Amino acid sequence: MVTQPIQDPNRDPVSYSIQLAKINKHFGAVKANVDVDLNVVKGEIHAIVGENGAGKSTLMSILYGFYEADSGSIHVDGKVVSITDSKRAIELGIGMVHQHFMLVDNFTVLENIVLGAEGSWSLTHSLAKARKKLQEISDRYGLNVDLDAVVSHLPVGLQQRVEILKALYRDAKILILDEPTGVLTPQEVDQLFAILKTLKSQGVSVLLITHKLQEVIAISDQVSVMRAGTMVATVNTAETSREALAELMVGRKVLLRVDKQEANPGAALLKVDSLTWRDDTNVPRLDDVSFTVNAGEIVGVAGVSGNGQTELLGLLSGMLDVQQGQINIEGVCIDAQHQMTPKQIRHLGVGHVAEDRHRDGMVGAFSAEETAIMGFQDEPEFNGSILQNRSAITEHCQELMSTFDVRPVDPNLKSASFSGGNQQKLCIAREMNATPKVLLVGQPTRGVDIGAIEFIHQQIVALRDQGSAVLVVSVELEEILSLCDRVLVMSEGRIVGNVLASETDARSLGLMMSSSRSGDQMAQQGGQS
Amino acid sequence: MEFSVQLISALDSTLRLAAPLILCAMAGLFSERSGIVDIGLEGKMLAGAFAAAAMTAVTGSVWLGLLAAILVSIMMALLHGFACITHRGDQVVSGLAINILAAGLTVVLGIAWFRRGGQTPSLTSEERFGPLTWPLSEWLSDVPLLGPIYTELLSGHNLLVYVALMAVPMTAWIVFKTRFGLRLRAVGENPQAVDTAGISVAWLRYRAVIMAGLLCGLAGAYLSIALGAGFIKDMSAGKGYIALAALIFGKWRPFPALFACLLFGFLEAVATRMQGVQLPVVGEIDVQLMQALPYILTVILLAGFIGRAIAPKAIGTPYSKDRA
Repeated sequence: MVTQPIQDPNRDPVSYSIQLAKINKHFGAVKANVDVDLNVVKGEIHAIVGENGAGKSTLMSILYGFYEADSGSIHVDGKVVSITDSKRAIELGIGMVHQHFMLVDNFTVLENIVLGAEGSWSLTHSLAKARKKLQEISDRYGLNVDLDAVVSHLPVGLQQRVEILKALYRDAKILILDEPTGVLTPQEVDQLFAILKTLKSQGVSVLLITHKLQEVIAISDQVSVMRAGTMVATVNTAETSREALAELMVGRKVLLRVDKQEANPGAALLKVDSLTWRDDTNVPRLDDVSFTVNAGEIVGVAGVSGNGQTELLGLLSGMLDVQQGQINIEGVCIDAQHQMTPKQIRHLGVGHVAEDRHRDGMVGAFSAEETAIMGFQDEPEFNGSILQNRSAITEHCQELMSTFDVRPVDPNLKSASFSGGNQQKLCIAREMNATPKVLLVGQPTRGVDIGAIEFIHQQIVALRDQGSAVLVVSVELEEILSLCDRVLVMSEGRIVGNVLASETDARSLGLMMSSSRSGDQMAQQGGQS
Repeated sequence: MEFSVQLISALDSTLRLAAPLILCAMAGLFSERSGIVDIGLEGKMLAGAFAAAAMTAVTGSVWLGLLAAILVSIMMALLHGFACITHRGDQVVSGLAINILAAGLTVVLGIAWFRRGGQTPSLTSEERFGPLTWPLSEWLSDVPLLGPIYTELLSGHNLLVYVALMAVPMTAWIVFKTRFGLRLRAVGENPQAVDTAGISVAWLRYRAVIMAGLLCGLAGAYLSIALGAGFIKDMSAGKGYIALAALIFGKWRPFPALFACLLFGFLEAVATRMQGVQLPVVGEIDVQLMQALPYILTVILLAGFIGRAIAPKAIGTPYSKDRA
C-alpha cells in the first residue's frame, strides 16, 4: 500500500482542521515518528490505528503539546502554529481525553472541569460561572453528569464524559480520544459513540486512537494506519475492512478469528464451589462463585476489570488464601482449613499466566532465562548440588524461545527489554512447557501486538486439544468470544452468566456484565444522548 | 476559683507554646498539599530563628529580624524545592538534609559571628515582640472569670501569636476558596491532571514551598525574638516534627490541624506544671513521660481513633512528564 493521504484537489485547504506534515520525533536512538503526515477534515471522525509502539501516542502528544517535534509543521485551521505546551494546545481549541483519565479523584465534577480554566482568582465566583456555561454545553451536546458528584464515585463511563466536558468547556473544536473504549462495557461504548456523533454534527473534529478495528469501522470517516513510526496509509473507512487494516498494521496477512475445532470436553479438572472472598474492608470481592472447567475446554471469564476476576485468579493460583468455599483441582480439595501455597498448587499441575505480568509474571531486571524458570527454580533439572545449573537454564530458555517464537533469541537479555508481546510469549511458554492439566491465563494478550495475539491464541488452543482445562480471564470481549468455548460473565464478584461462546455475542455479554453494576446510573443520566 | 485560675494560666501558655506549631503546621499544609513532603519544617524554623536573632542583635530592629527570618527560611525552602521539584530528588532525604544543614550552620555561624558558644547576644525587651495589651484590660481584670479570660488568655500575647491564629483561617481560605488553592490541592492529588490542564506543575509547587518557607520563618522569629530573647543552639527542639504530626493528625486540614497543635501545646503546658507535683494515687509523674505524650498520642490516635489519615495521593513522588 502506498503512503498517500487523501488529497482532494478541489477541496479548500481551510476545511482541514489539522494538518501535520513531515513530523519527526526521536527518543534517544528510537525513532518514534518518521516523516508523519496527517490531514484531518473538519467535522469528521478520523481514526488512527497501529500496534503498540507504532507511534500513535507520540504523535498525539506532539499535537497536544506534551512533546515538541524535532522537525515538521503543524497547521490548525489552515494556519501554521507551534504547540509548545498543553496550554497552547488548549488555546488552539485542541482537547484530549487521555487513556488514563486526567481527573482528580477527590474533586467534584465541577472542580475537575474548572481546574486550569477558572477565570478569576476567587473560586466561588468561577464555579458559579462554570456551572452556567456547563448547563448550556450539556444541553447542546446531550452530555449529562451531576456536577456535584465526587469523581471517584462515578463509573468509568461517566468519568470519561467528564473528560469530554472538560475539553468542550475549553471550547475544543478538535477532540483527541486515546483508546477511549478500553475500560467500557459495550453499552457504554454505544453511548460514547452516540456522543461522538453529536459532536461531529456540531462541527467538532474527532481524532480517535485505538487498536480495536471493529470500532474504527463502526464510527470513523477516515482511518490512518501507523506502523513502526511511519504513516503507512490513510483510507476512507467505507472503502476498507478490518482484515485490510490489520494487514496494514502488521505488514502481513493476519488471521483475526481463532482457527479451532469444536471443543470436546472431558472430565472436570477444576471445580470451584461457593467461593467467597472478602478484602481488608470486609467487602466481598467474590460472592458465592461456583463453576467447573473440563478437560479439553477453554472457559472464558468476561467482565469489566475490577469485578472479582483478579481475586478469582489469585485464589486459584494460591496467591490469596481461601476464606470460604472450596477449590477442587483433579480431586484435591483446597479450602479454609486446607490452604495451599502457589508452589504446591503448581505441583498439582496448574499453570498460571498472571494478569499483570510486570507485577506477578516476571521481574523486569532479571535476564530472560531467569524469568523463564521463575516458579520452577527449585526443579532438579535447573540445579546442581549447591549452585544453579546455569547452562541447563540457558538451554531451557533457548528452547522455549524457539518454540514460542520469542524475539530476540537472547536468554541473557533483561526481561524488561523485550516488547510486551515477547514478554508475554515467554511467560506463556514457561507455564505451558510443563503441559499443565489446568492453565489459568489472565489477560492473555494485554499489550500484545496483533501478530503475536494470533500466535498466543493458537498455542492456547493447542494445549486445549491436548486435553488440558484452560481458564481465560480477559476484558476483551472479542477475544473471549473467539478464543473460548464457554463463557462465564462476572459482575460485582458474582457469576451472572454461563453461556456457550457459539450461542452468544458481545451485546448480550455486555448486558450481563452491566446487569447489576452502576450501569443503571449510566442509563439514567445518559438516557437522551 | 483556684482551679479556674490554674486552668486559664495553663491555656494561656498553651497558646504561647502552640503558636510555632500552628505556623509550622500551616507551612507543612501548603507544602504537603502540593505533593512535597516537608520534614524540613524543623530546619527552616531553626534557621529562621537564628536569622531573626542575629539580625535583631546587629540592627536592633525586630522588623528587620522578622524579615531576615522569613527570607532565610524561604531560601531553605527553595533549596528543598530545587532538589525535589527541579531535580526530582527524594523529598525525605532533602528534608533531612535541610534539618542537618540548619542545625550545623546556625551554630557554626553563631560562633563565628558572636563568639558565645553558638548563642546570639540576649535581646532587650525593645528588641523583642512584646505583649500587646488589649483595650480595657485593666478595667476588666477585676470582673470574675471573664476578666482573667480577657486579660490573661486573650490579651497580652505578642503579635506573632495572633499572626499564628490568623494564619489558620487564611490558610483555609486560600486552600479552599481560591484558584491557587484548587490547583494546589489538585497538584498534590494528580499532577498529570494539572499538567494536561495547561498549568505548570513545577511553578505551582514552588509557590507552595515558598508559602511554607514564609510561615516557617515566622515560626522561627517567634522562637528567638518573641518567646525567647535570642538564639540558643537547637532551640526548635523537635517542634517542627510535632507540627508535622499535628498536620497528619488533622488529616491535612487547617482547623483540625489547629486543634491538634493546641492539644499538643496544652500537653506541653501541663507537663511543665506537673513537674514535681504529687498527684493522689499515682504520685509524681515522670516529666519525660509527659513530654513524650504528644508523640505517643499521635501514634495511638492515628492507629485507631481518628481513622486512617489519607495523605494527598501524589505526595512524595517527583513529577515527570515522561510516561513509561
